[in-house]
Amino acid sequence: MEIRPIISALMRSKVALVLIGLQIALTLAIVCNALFIISQRIETMNRPSGMNEADTFQIASNGFGDGFSTKNAFAEDLALIRGLPGVRAATPINSLPMTNGGWSEGVNMQAGQKVPTTVTTIYFMDEHGIDTFGTKLIAGRNFKPEEITTRSRQSVDWPPGLIITKALADKLYPGQDAVGKAFYLNPEGAPLTIIGIVDRLIVPWPEGFSYNGDHSVVENSVLVPQMTAYGNHTGYLIRTEPGRRDELMKTVEAKLGDSNHSRIVRSLKSVEQIRAECYANDRAMMIILGTVIFCLLTITALGIVGMASFWVTQRTKQIGTRRALGATRASILRYFLTENFLITTGGLLLGAVLTYAFSLWLMAHEQEAKLLPWHYVPIGFVCLWALGQIAVLGPATRAARVPPAVATRSV
Amino acid sequence: MFSYYFQLGLHSLKRNPILTALMVLGIALGIAASMTSLTLMHIMGSDPIPWKSDRLHYVQLDNWDPNQPWDEEGNPPDQVTYKDAQALMEAGKADRQAAMFKVALPIQPENPEVKPFLALGRATYGDFFAMFEPPFAYGGGWDHGQDAQHGRVVVLTRETNEKLFGGQDSVGKRVRMNEVDYTVVGVLAEWKPRIKFYDLTNGALADAEEFFVPYTTMIELKAQASGNNSCWKGAEPGWEGYLASDCIWQQFWVQLDSPAKFADYKSYLDNYTNEQKKLGRFQRPLNNRLFDVNGWLQNQKVVPKDVQVQVGLSFAFLAVCLINTIGLLLAKFTRKSGEIGLRRALGASKPQLFAQHIIESGVIGISGGAFGLALTFAGLVMVRALYKDYANVAQLDWTMVVATVVLSTVAAVLAGLYPTWRACQIAPAAQLKTQ
Repeated sequence: MEIRPIISALMRSKVALVLIGLQIALTLAIVCNALFIISQRIETMNRPSGMNEADTFQIASNGFGDGFSTKNAFAEDLALIRGLPGVRAATPINSLPMTNGGWSEGVNMQAGQKVPTTVTTIYFMDEHGIDTFGTKLIAGRNFKPEEITTRSRQSVDWPPGLIITKALADKLYPGQDAVGKAFYLNPEGAPLTIIGIVDRLIVPWPEGFSYNGDHSVVENSVLVPQMTAYGNHTGYLIRTEPGRRDELMKTVEAKLGDSNHSRIVRSLKSVEQIRAECYANDRAMMIILGTVIFCLLTITALGIVGMASFWVTQRTKQIGTRRALGATRASILRYFLTENFLITTGGLLLGAVLTYAFSLWLMAHEQEAKLLPWHYVPIGFVCLWALGQIAVLGPATRAARVPPAVATRSV
Repeated sequence: MFSYYFQLGLHSLKRNPILTALMVLGIALGIAASMTSLTLMHIMGSDPIPWKSDRLHYVQLDNWDPNQPWDEEGNPPDQVTYKDAQALMEAGKADRQAAMFKVALPIQPENPEVKPFLALGRATYGDFFAMFEPPFAYGGGWDHGQDAQHGRVVVLTRETNEKLFGGQDSVGKRVRMNEVDYTVVGVLAEWKPRIKFYDLTNGALADAEEFFVPYTTMIELKAQASGNNSCWKGAEPGWEGYLASDCIWQQFWVQLDSPAKFADYKSYLDNYTNEQKKLGRFQRPLNNRLFDVNGWLQNQKVVPKDVQVQVGLSFAFLAVCLINTIGLLLAKFTRKSGEIGLRRALGASKPQLFAQHIIESGVIGISGGAFGLALTFAGLVMVRALYKDYANVAQLDWTMVVATVVLSTVAAVLAGLYPTWRACQIAPAAQLKTQ
């Protein structure tokens, strides 16, 4: 193999060598870390909310004036909505997963406990709530209609029987059947009984909800059989028959507005829209990083083409001489491909170090950032080797076409 | 001389249009990426009220759970209770002071053409306007008398006045909100602080208010705050119970016009908490804070982590683009060895050749900068499309335009230095011989 002459030729233009090597090293470092960030965002965005997102939407209203009674509004609105053809279920709500607005509360195991065991979000709903959300009851029972009460503005007590998510049940009673067991939301108040467990329902803040560094609390939810009748505010989640959501969104908005003129109907949003808004920043970050990766690889590839073309032009005479001395086209081609492979490899080795330096910088900046998994580096190596070889192919082919006669001409 | 070198440079650049385009594009992309992210960081991190940011201070008192700190970093809570806000307002120890909270009220326009709508507002004290200096188009804020009498008065923003009164001078007119009539005392001119620094808890990039009403009136009318509310201990039932609770839901700002006043106010706060400790409140160690505007923005980490990461990555990208340009310039100048040798042989001095080639690099830099500036605009359009709430912060200001041009020229000249120096080292004889 002709590695030795290649290296000695390269050593004659050390600066160019260092420049390309450095460029490849930085490219590897940026691409690996950017790809890792993208993959983490994909993971976040793919987290299941635990609810039916395709056929559900929310709507809220704010009443004003003495003629408006929230309690009556709840009853009338729900009767109206449930009576509409195409509506499968509807429930009063205070908040929804991914809305970034809701109620969080400490969960305690004992009366008078000083520091909560964990934290949870509170979802108020009625006996239709589980069906409307589309989560699955996996143990115990649903709320009964007679258990649904009205919660006043500064009420501090909780109804005695509550449903919790599996994640919370596993945390409170690991390895046991939690149904029938007790916990406290208000450690000074009465014990609360777990009457049922649902499969999954995430909190309204899927990013940023944690308790003493524990991020698994994102699936801790407590379902409370109450309607929050205060502040003149009423909010509903509505689940339609598949495919009828968009049509019913318009109908429900119009009907609620017509039913009572002293109120403002607002916050009409499908849960799919809520999801898109919740993760808009992650999506933006992915698009920005994707654009940077694309531009970076293009610049690096074009840089390699530029330098290789320059070298080919500079060495036209030498190439001619080699050809005249019997080198085949293939061996000229191989020369340039091998040369590029050697330069790239040097750059990549340096790049591996830079990649981890970059990853450590990210960790210092973002508490939640993790160290780059090792497999990104070999994958990056293979991609950049391929990029280098493809970029150099053009100039190398041109070099291989240099006729031996060039050697005899002066430049 | 300059114009001659400039022409030589242009001529040389025209000879290899693809190589030149590659260098200009490289610099432009690198500059655009770094300037787009830097603009976000610059605007989000910049002082929103530079003429008095060091005199406005945010009050934090640690009334939190004795068993558990407010956060893992040991900060005191980011808002205060109604009780404490009232005590500080009544004491009135600062030059100016304003407690405030966010409200949402239905506005019922007299004009039947305009449908009732839910408007976000701020309940605060009359000092708010003197402290944060929003510009008024008509009228002004309300005085201490209105604060004391729970006046039914309102200050509208430009947009709300536009909606309700078609932009006319509406001072003295009435606005009905949630079945109560308020008299307009002032209308703001356009006021869009890029960062809503006076209420970071409810979103640094949140929309501006649509109206301002007296705090005391909202408390009398039992208007529930629509912003964040945090409690570590259950409140007693009812509105009175809520007001007396240790729940935090208000912001408290003071204006302190001298360092002596600042020190006095700090010790006043410490005395206040020590007094409260005797009554059984404030069981945590003394941890009161009095950040000024910029300190508060930093403490609340207003610049998102994503933006910081983007700045880091984009500058690494710019480095790659510059290294790329150095390599290409090196190749280009080396290729011109013959010409350089000839010029040297004809009497051009090294400094002259140096000047010539630095100007050539500078031309690439300026073209790259100009193109990069255009791409930065495009980048910011993309950012505004991607991040809905960045509309106010993804804006190029003059500082950043100048910075872009300077950065790209400096970058290109720096990138040109080494290749130029190398080109000047060419011995005339060696080059001429081979011809």
